Amino acid sequence: MTEEIIIAGFGGQGVLSMGKIMAYSGVMQDMEVSWMPSYGPEMRGGTANVIVIISSERISSPIIKHFDTGIILNQQSLDKFESSVKPGGVLIYDSNGITRHPERKDITIYRVDAAEEAGKMNSPKTFNMIVLGGFLKVKPIIKMENVIKGLKKSLPERYHNLIPMNEKALQKGLEIVKKV
Amino acid sequence: MEKELRLMKGNEAVAEAAIRAGADGYFGYPITPQSEILEYLMEASPWKTTGMVVLQAESEIAAINMVYGGAACGKKVLTTSSSPGISLKQEGITYIAGAELPCLIVNVVRGGPGLGTIQPAQSDYFQAVKGGGHGDYHLIVLAPASVQEMADFVGLGFDLAFKYRNPAMILSDGAIGQMMEKVWLSPQQERSKSVPAWATTGKPSTRKRNIITSLDLDPNAQEVFNQKLIAKYNEIKEKEVRYEELRCDDAEYLFVAYGTSARVCMKSVQLARAQGIKVGLLRPITLYPYPSKRLNQLADRVKVMISVEMSAGQMIEDVLLSVNGKVPVHHFGRMGGIVTNPEEVVENLKSKIIGG
Repeated sequence: MTEEIIIAGFGGQGVLSMGKIMAYSGVMQDMEVSWMPSYGPEMRGGTANVIVIISSERISSPIIKHFDTGIILNQQSLDKFESSVKPGGVLIYDSNGITRHPERKDITIYRVDAAEEAGKMNSPKTFNMIVLGGFLKVKPIIKMENVIKGLKKSLPERYHNLIPMNEKALQKGLEIVKKV
Repeated sequence: MEKELRLMKGNEAVAEAAIRAGADGYFGYPITPQSEILEYLMEASPWKTTGMVVLQAESEIAAINMVYGGAACGKKVLTTSSSPGISLKQEGITYIAGAELPCLIVNVVRGGPGLGTIQPAQSDYFQAVKGGGHGDYHLIVLAPASVQEMADFVGLGFDLAFKYRNPAMILSDGAIGQMMEKVWLSPQQERSKSVPAWATTGKPSTRKRNIITSLDLDPNAQEVFNQKLIAKYNEIKEKEVRYEELRCDDAEYLFVAYGTSARVCMKSVQLARAQGIKVGLLRPITLYPYPSKRLNQLADRVKVMISVEMSAGQMIEDVLLSVNGKVPVHHFGRMGGIVTNPEEVVENLKSKIIGG
């Protein structure tokens, strides 16, 4: 099993940390993982993206052009990465601020309106965990217990009181993700 | 003690591995894309646990000269930087090589020349393997292709440096420095309580004075020293070559690539093999000493070699020297901080080499 994922959005949306939690969850499930950020000037205000690979085998290239799953969180990233999803692959997006929705017919498209939901839950910072919940519903490659372990590993201990809130957000994501 | 599993950036792995290897001192100056090394060490504060010194120097030049001083006292010391910073350190590095002192230097390469870019590149190959500073000398150069190797090569680099009394370099790049992977960390090693016999630690009445210098004004004596260095390098070339082969057995085409480019090529080999193209990969792990003998043997079996590097073509010169005209050698790579991707490498093989 190899799952090649790109997560892309604005800097500050928690793109890199979502990738890190995903990668740590993979580690907790005894998988091979790589987390390759796009860093530098792109991080300062513009788009941020990260390639996460989770595999049962040794990972060859951490840098790839085509993905099994694209998790897209803003219009710029949708324009840039819609074409990078492999035919037959999955695109998950948040429709918040999207004016041109994804158009491809050869991939399966899911919507997870996480920004709206995070607003309703009054915890905007759990936005990325709602998105991650949506991903796990579509691609249940990591057991929820390992995701929670991954979350614990990624968060410094002083933030461990926030774990229940993040768990709730993950559950919300599982509920609200829907096929387009 | 068991190894410990972590998810870490390559840069963080270097820092943690240095503490665990029982290093005595780190001297550095921040520069992207390797500042996490210094940041991690400051956060970890090993001076409170192992007694390792961590110091942010006032400049790269100060840092390398602190390394020179620590090494002269027989201590396990290292510095890290990225391309422009490594250029600043070259004077110190040639002095350390000339004084035959062990130390570890890590270069997390970014694109150049000049200040260039902060994105990954492999354009410091010549500087790393051909000397870098002035005079006839070589560093032992290790090229990690994973976060695990970033950690492992800290210990290996120190071991080789002390074995041969020669500076060792880890030649990495911004991609491996910044990416996170699983890494198994070795247990904490105690800092050495003794120092080598040559170290300048104060002269006791029982032995002659130890002198550390790179200066000899007598040309005859200097030539004898140069010959001694050559003998040392020849021994290193004989004993310390390291490389990894992937699908070379029946390969008609051979990629030669190190570091990040090697990881990209591993995927290119899979993609090309799926299309029925018999291609293999030789990944040099030591860039100095270079796996020349093995490449020369493989040149009897393959049709073409392709040096894949994130540079205008630097390592290709060592591939050419290795195969000595037996097979054609091509270069493929991206520059300016762009990391090539597996599809692009296969496309180049198909259109420019097989079809060209």
